[in-house]
Amino acid sequence: MNTNNNIYTVVYTAVIVIIVSAVLAFASSSLKSKQEANEKAEVISQILTAGKFGEKAEWTAKGNDAILSFYKENIAEAYTVNAAGEKVKDLDVTNAQVYTVSDLKAQNYNIKDGNETSLPVYVFNNGTVVVPIYGAGLWGPVWGYLGFAADRNNIIGAYFDHASETPGLGGKIKDDPAFRQMFEGKKIDFSDVTPFAIVKGGANGKANAIDAISGATMTSNGVSDAINNWINAFKGFLSSAEACCGEHEGEHCGNCEHEGEHSGNCENEGQHEAHEGEHCGNCENEK
Amino acid sequence: MGNLKETILNPITKGNPITVLVLGICSSLAVTVELKGACVMALSVIAVTGLSSLVISLLRKTIPNRVRIIVQLVVVAMMVILVDQLLKAFAYAIDKQLSVYIGLIITNCIVMGRIEAFALGNKPIPSLLDGLANGVGYGAILIIIAFFRELFGSGTLFGIPVLSAIGYTNNGLMILPPMALILLGCVIWAQRSIQKDLQEK
Repeated sequence: MNTNNNIYTVVYTAVIVIIVSAVLAFASSSLKSKQEANEKAEVISQILTAGKFGEKAEWTAKGNDAILSFYKENIAEAYTVNAAGEKVKDLDVTNAQVYTVSDLKAQNYNIKDGNETSLPVYVFNNGTVVVPIYGAGLWGPVWGYLGFAADRNNIIGAYFDHASETPGLGGKIKDDPAFRQMFEGKKIDFSDVTPFAIVKGGANGKANAIDAISGATMTSNGVSDAINNWINAFKGFLSSAEACCGEHEGEHCGNCEHEGEHSGNCENEGQHEAHEGEHCGNCENEK
Repeated sequence: MGNLKETILNPITKGNPITVLVLGICSSLAVTVELKGACVMALSVIAVTGLSSLVISLLRKTIPNRVRIIVQLVVVAMMVILVDQLLKAFAYAIDKQLSVYIGLIITNCIVMGRIEAFALGNKPIPSLLDGLANGVGYGAILIIIAFFRELFGSGTLFGIPVLSAIGYTNNGLMILPPMALILLGCVIWAQRSIQKDLQEK
């Protein structure tokens, strides 16, 4: 047979392409549920690691079922919030619904473009709050999770992942536990220019900064930007813990300790007149 | 049978795709930082070269000559996507670790090279063996380089501390791609000083 005939060539390529598409479509659809389950378990294991419920490697070793059942037992509520920190919609915790990396990517565009955001937060029974971050590293996207204590200010844990950072350099954000352990015990400080910083040359013990990775400046900067962009987008939500002062005073709301300070100005009767009505609202009660 | 034995042994030694044909250098620099990744990459390449050589060999008499490269590419791409999909479903953690490099097997010259040079003109069984053996030859070099890079770059083997346990300071250069090229040069040097007939006059 003449295999160089034009019609033969066209028909042959068409048939090959159709067969290959069929095989790939079949493989994709038959493996899809398993792949999605893997992805979901991966996301949840990262959330659990950031929330200090064990280590990522241990969860991966335990398998998807253990991850899901632990998550369902310990999650109190999961929902998305807007820039003001108000709840937008609930996530279905009984089905362990989470925002995947592609969902985070979509929200990252909203943050960048200044659109209305709907960012997921995961609140656990013990008060731990886990929020995601997403941004650009050196070669590709970086993302991760920050775990906060119930005051939504003290960081208790973190986990980071990346698509294609250099192994051994930028890849350390994921592979080197020492990097994410530096976040533990740090704070978010919204009064600073950058609420949280990853500093080249060393953080020197600052409460809202950690050391950058040597040899991976671009990745460090990328993670730093990702954290700050998302933390600023979460500002309403993370600051809202202060509202609990009235009800839960002194319980897990560290900010309440400062109560004496703000109203303290009023005691300086001499200055009272000068500042009246400016930032000393409490003074009016004294009259 | 002697011929078949040659088909299997040649790509691993005298016709090694990396050290003698100098193909597939890009991925051998990229995935050899850690042994685990190198091993999975080796297995993936073995599967892709073997199976695509087999399929092309089965089709070899029907493929129109003018579009043979495209037909080969389609078959190779299908194999690579299947491997990627299977890893995603059954070995998710490792697939994440290898990320783009699985997809890049498509562009690995070894796969296309063996199809063009061997599978198009040989029967299915020898083609399958040739593909598998070339994958093994590629994988063996990958694992040798990854062994030294992980040992001296991170002080570990398969993630288990070896040198770092006895107070070794990691050599950062080992982790960077240029060192892989230097190591590869050393492997080629070692091979040619053993197999003298590979030396060019």
